[in-house]
Amino acid sequence: MKELKITPIKDGTVIDHITAGSALKVLRILGITGEEGYTVSVAMNVTSKKESLKDVVKIEGRELKPEEINKISLIAPRATINIIRDYNVVKKYRVQIPDVLEGIAKCENPNCISNQREPIQPVLKVISRNPLRIKCVYCGRVQSQVEKNLI
Amino acid sequence: MSFKGRDIIRIEELKEEEIYRILDVAEKMVPVARGEETTDLLYGKVLASLFFEPSTRTRLSFESAMHRLGGSVLTISGREGTSLKKGETLADTVRMAEAYADVIVLRHPNEGAAALAAQFCSKPVINGGDGSGQHPTQTLLDLFTIKSELGAIKGKTVALVGDLRYGRTVHSLSLALARLGARMIMVAPELIQMPTYILDELNSLGAKYELTEDLGRGIEEADVLYVTRIQRERFPDEEEYMKVAGSYRVTLESLKNAKEGMIILHPLPRVDEIAPEVDSTPHAKYFVQAFNGVPVRMAILTMVLGVIE
Ligand SMILES: [Zn+2]
Repeated sequence: MKELKITPIKDGTVIDHITAGSALKVLRILGITGEEGYTVSVAMNVTSKKESLKDVVKIEGRELKPEEINKISLIAPRATINIIRDYNVVKKYRVQIPDVLEGIAKCENPNCISNQREPIQPVLKVISRNPLRIKCVYCGRVQSQVEKNLI
Repeated sequence: MSFKGRDIIRIEELKEEEIYRILDVAEKMVPVARGEETTDLLYGKVLASLFFEPSTRTRLSFESAMHRLGGSVLTISGREGTSLKKGETLADTVRMAEAYADVIVLRHPNEGAAALAAQFCSKPVINGGDGSGQHPTQTLLDLFTIKSELGAIKGKTVALVGDLRYGRTVHSLSLALARLGARMIMVAPELIQMPTYILDELNSLGAKYELTEDLGRGIEEADVLYVTRIQRERFPDEEEYMKVAGSYRVTLESLKNAKEGMIILHPLPRVDEIAPEVDSTPHAKYFVQAFNGVPVRMAILTMVLGVIE
């Protein structure tokens, strides 16, 4: 935890190596509004060894699950997750792009049924990771810029 | 392989042997589709035909197929179809329709509509065309026509001509032809040539194809000349359109280097892209192709309703 500029937390989750400038989007995707009551610290454009700049988010008193965290993989593909208990990192993992993105991003095809008034969430399926190919399960369109259509 | 209860949404969802099974059943349906034989295979069954945009050809051939099989049809189309579209979600409309019918065919202006309908409906849903997306029964009737006229699909050369960029029939057809081992020549001016996302998919399927602007080359090499309409609104100005439309017109003269058994298909309706004098040549198979919509749809209806395996 030495590399973090902001003070350590006792229990909770530290999301490190977030693409610089994306921390607020990360919070939005995770559904963290600040009204939940727990302490959230955000550091943006911090200098880092690996990248020139990065963002860091620390959430005190809440351990995020991998499924929740993986939602941020599209905008922060290099993020790492540290689960902290009693000031120690007890678990550390990298975000992974999930197999299915449900309700995370809209289909880029404006004429797609998922963009009309229907009682469904957009569902995008990851068909390959390298290169990244993501397809709408409704209209079948392969998405070119999913990160621009985040909900 | 069982089709009972299955939705027919995208051609890619059908395996190669399933496509051939549908074509085989369709072959047996031809005498019934012609009215030479009668059957009551689907007696007591009801088809709900939901047309949120007009498509006379698709609707009539589905309805003819159902009637020929002894079943009956409920139709929501035209004005009724459009007013439904405004007032109610598609999800609700299909849940209403499934209460009255055993199978649903859906035509809708939005891509992905059939997939959504299938999600909300426990009865089989057949995609009758969704936006510029999929139209699997059109692809199946195209494949049926090629197989029944030429005896095989694999190894044949199919020249796709016209609006390859926006034409959904050529998108689905090209993906199916690639999987079934046909070679393709994409004949179109650059502005309306096959879009990259289709070419990417064709490449991932290992398809054999080439791109050309030269209709003459397509005609010379083709076993099948698949002609589609070039629409005026795709072009920045009238002059450009007239030039392109003129050079992609199939006439008696342009056919002089064609192979003897070459067949010409067209999803219809046509405007000027095939000259009327071509109709009386042995190459012209587009009216046979239109008729083939009926036996192919008969096959699909009997199979998804579990009457034929
Ligand atoms: Zn879509």
